[in-house]
Amino acid sequence: MSIAADERVTVRVQVNGAWREAQVEPRRTLADLLREDLDLTGTHLACEHGFCGNCNVQLDGETVRSCLMFAVQADGRSLLTVEGLAGPDGTLSPLQQAFHDHHGLQCGFCTPAMLLTADEHLRAHPDGGSDEEIREAISGVLCRCTGYQQIVESIRAAATAPRAPSSNGAGA
Amino acid sequence: MSVEQGPLGAKIARDTAAAPNGGGRRWIGKALNRVEDPRFLRGQGRYIDDIKLPGMAHAAVVRSPHAHARIVAIETSAAEALPGVVRVLTGKDVAERAAPLPSFGAGQIVQDMIAIEKVRHHGETVAVVIAEDRYIAEDACDLIAVEYEPLPVVLDPFAAREPGAPLVHEALETNTAYERTFTFGEVDQAFADAPRSVQADLRWPRSTGMPMDTNGAIGDFDAASGVVTIYANSMNFTYFLWLIAMSLKVPASKLRIVPVAAGGSFGSKFFMHKVPTFAGFLSMVVRRPVKYVEDRVTHIVANDHAGSDRHYDASLAFGDDGIFTGLRIDCVDDYGAYLQFGTGTHGNALSQVVGPYRIRNVEYSLAAVLTNKNQQGAYRGFGAEVSNWVLERLVDLAARDLGMDRVEIRRRNLIGPDQFPYRTPTGNIYDSGNYQGVLDKILEEVDYDHWVAERDRLRAEGRHVGIGVIASQERSVFSSTEFWFWFDEPEFTPTSSPESAGIQIDPTGEIVVTLHSQSLWGNSPETVVSQIVAEEFDVPPESVVITYADSQHALPGTGPGGSRYTVMVAGALAGATSTLKKKIRRIAADKLEANEDDLEFRDGRVGVIGTPDAELTLGEVALSAYMFRLDLPDDMESGLAAQSTYDHPLTTLPSDDRSDLGIFYPFVGHAWHIAVVEVDPGTGKVSFLRYAAVHDAGTVVNPRTLDGQIIGGTVQGIGTALYEQYVYDDEGRVRNQDFEHYHLPSAMDAPEMTVAHQETPSPYTAYGIKGAGEGGRMLSPGILSAAIEDALHEYGVTVTSLPITAEQIVGWVAEGGKRG
Repeated sequence: MSIAADERVTVRVQVNGAWREAQVEPRRTLADLLREDLDLTGTHLACEHGFCGNCNVQLDGETVRSCLMFAVQADGRSLLTVEGLAGPDGTLSPLQQAFHDHHGLQCGFCTPAMLLTADEHLRAHPDGGSDEEIREAISGVLCRCTGYQQIVESIRAAATAPRAPSSNGAGA
Repeated sequence: MSVEQGPLGAKIARDTAAAPNGGGRRWIGKALNRVEDPRFLRGQGRYIDDIKLPGMAHAAVVRSPHAHARIVAIETSAAEALPGVVRVLTGKDVAERAAPLPSFGAGQIVQDMIAIEKVRHHGETVAVVIAEDRYIAEDACDLIAVEYEPLPVVLDPFAAREPGAPLVHEALETNTAYERTFTFGEVDQAFADAPRSVQADLRWPRSTGMPMDTNGAIGDFDAASGVVTIYANSMNFTYFLWLIAMSLKVPASKLRIVPVAAGGSFGSKFFMHKVPTFAGFLSMVVRRPVKYVEDRVTHIVANDHAGSDRHYDASLAFGDDGIFTGLRIDCVDDYGAYLQFGTGTHGNALSQVVGPYRIRNVEYSLAAVLTNKNQQGAYRGFGAEVSNWVLERLVDLAARDLGMDRVEIRRRNLIGPDQFPYRTPTGNIYDSGNYQGVLDKILEEVDYDHWVAERDRLRAEGRHVGIGVIASQERSVFSSTEFWFWFDEPEFTPTSSPESAGIQIDPTGEIVVTLHSQSLWGNSPETVVSQIVAEEFDVPPESVVITYADSQHALPGTGPGGSRYTVMVAGALAGATSTLKKKIRRIAADKLEANEDDLEFRDGRVGVIGTPDAELTLGEVALSAYMFRLDLPDDMESGLAAQSTYDHPLTTLPSDDRSDLGIFYPFVGHAWHIAVVEVDPGTGKVSFLRYAAVHDAGTVVNPRTLDGQIIGGTVQGIGTALYEQYVYDDEGRVRNQDFEHYHLPSAMDAPEMTVAHQETPSPYTAYGIKGAGEGGRMLSPGILSAAIEDALHEYGVTVTSLPITAEQIVGWVAEGGKRG
């Protein structure tokens, strides 16, 4: 099937547990679908070249660069964004709480991507793994404020804390 | 040594003495969780690009591919014909409708929002498309054809000073925007008398703060009222507001700037002169909201504030005993195409040019040169971080010359704890300190002797291990004289850099603080303010509500920069709380039939000391203040609110002959870092075996957030030391326009470090606080230089330029190996 460049296509995605739909140009990025069409502005764009990782979201449980994917590639799939981490009443997840307790954020711009990337790492390494493994896991997300140390401490703390099961079905 | 102290200085010293000092504080000094965090953790940061206004259009710019070219013609019709395009603008529109961008003593150096006749650096804006969405705007940019007549480029600041060099600004008739030599003491004599001296040609490369969130703004012109509202992530929206109004040719009363949280600044959003002005202008032209957010490439090649780009010829004179007697610094600074803050970054360096050392004779020469590169602005350290690197390089060279231990030579020269306030040769003072204490603390913290032995043991195994030891001052809180004392007859001589705060206790008893600067860029203004207000009223910090004024409602504020905000907002809060507490005491004394002096603030109440039952909640007092005028003392006005504007508590004018620059940056922290690194001679990789920092920033309000600033600044300095540099090709194009080619430190590049504090409160500031946001970056470039040099000592390496790339290390090893 060929689609003209200016033709709109329907994209249906499950975001943070709820199915959402939008009419988008084929060239629309997943990041712009989330930010502009679905008003989920917690996913941030910092380079739009795929290097900084600040736009990371989870697609079927794996982190992806939402600036490097087209929205249409996510059609029919399940996404977890930062807006899906806290409980429905706004209660911070254990990982978010650990970032709060250990000063794992300063300006907060990379934080959503850090949280989602750390969440993926902690699912693969429930005990957190070594500090080296934590650093490697987040090495694809650039942070200019923290120097990373307090982020590593936050993730380590979340690993040793009791972890609640994911409440909204997306991702895990 | 006497210190002239203005009336404000004396006043503040008294107020501070009245506050509980050091011990006995309940909230100041506690490592509390930040009140800013939850919204960011939930992805509700509301950064500039997250904001949508009804009917908002989007702008994208056409950037010049040339570093220097005349604009012959611009063909915009194809772009204008593209469906969804609202308007295309070029320099012609700017020339017709707007004035040049704000500049600071730049004379004939004129900068426009869109280049009008010629472009002066790669990436300069030549046209802008406003469209219904950003995709269309960028499509249309590709349809704009610009005909250029390329001009010879000048990229090397030394070549730019030669007669006949291409001129960046013809009207200036030279590329040397400014040059001056300051001499303090008997410098020639000091060098003539000194048995020893070292000299180095040193090179500090241009890099930038590079926040993850780029500079952005939304203009929203309301034709009915004539008010142009600009939402911007600029840090500095009240101090310079009137300058933006002049560029837009609107009365300042018709300009409203609304501060938006910034996803990092590090100086890059200190005073965004391009972006908010631009967004306001675009909105005024098309009479609807317009968003302009830099993309990463634009931020790299053309952001508002690039860092210093300096060439030094520097010398240090000293005796056989290692005592420093003279310092000579000759700097050629490559400012790029425009001179935004110009000499200010060297004025800044002059505030602590002798570091923590007793050097009495100093010569400082600067040539500020224009070339075809993006202009400099501000980057964490504001020029003083470069100066510290230069000084510490010279000190390491002196130690090597003498065969003296690098700690010992520094210790011998430190200003003593009994010498404060210490007047440095330039005239600036260091308010207080105990430098020996910080040094002793870090040596103990690190177990320095152990690491020296460990280095030697590992070296014996053939490993390349080195130790770096660096000291630094951290000046904080600028007066504004550093921007103009360079000139004998400056055009504009500001001496104010105030900060304001308002506090209202509403009829329900809730404490609402209004801040008058956009101070939120990753630091913790709301947490710090909450802790100070909680201390004063004895309420839980999380109960304090923080709001921000927009520019139309703001009192004077200068915003963060030069590690000033915590010190200055604390001063403003001390003033406002003092006024409010007096009123509360009067009301409560009246109601409780007690003496005002017998009242205390306790757990959100005001009550009689020693009588637990005789008390009122702040809500009860507030309700009376707002609603029951006839119950109040006769001469009292309704309401419970106070605001205060705090001025720099200790500043003096420079002398007419500039032999004394006056006091302009007096609250001076102090720090030492020690690092042990291992260098892989095969790959050039640098690994950290140990990294320790001890800082003295006076009274610490929140040690955890201060640690965050120190660690973050240190890693940013590691980027400066090892990776970051704008690479311009022979034609003046930036070669590394993205994060693949401009490498920022990742989690794998950053050390695990320890941070400790010593607290020597300032006698001149509220609560004894000194600023501390820039300290890490003042030290880590020097520490990496020293440690890598030590690790490669067998190859005869002297580090004289940054960044120290892996490629360079491998080259040194190959060359040194041949020599050996």
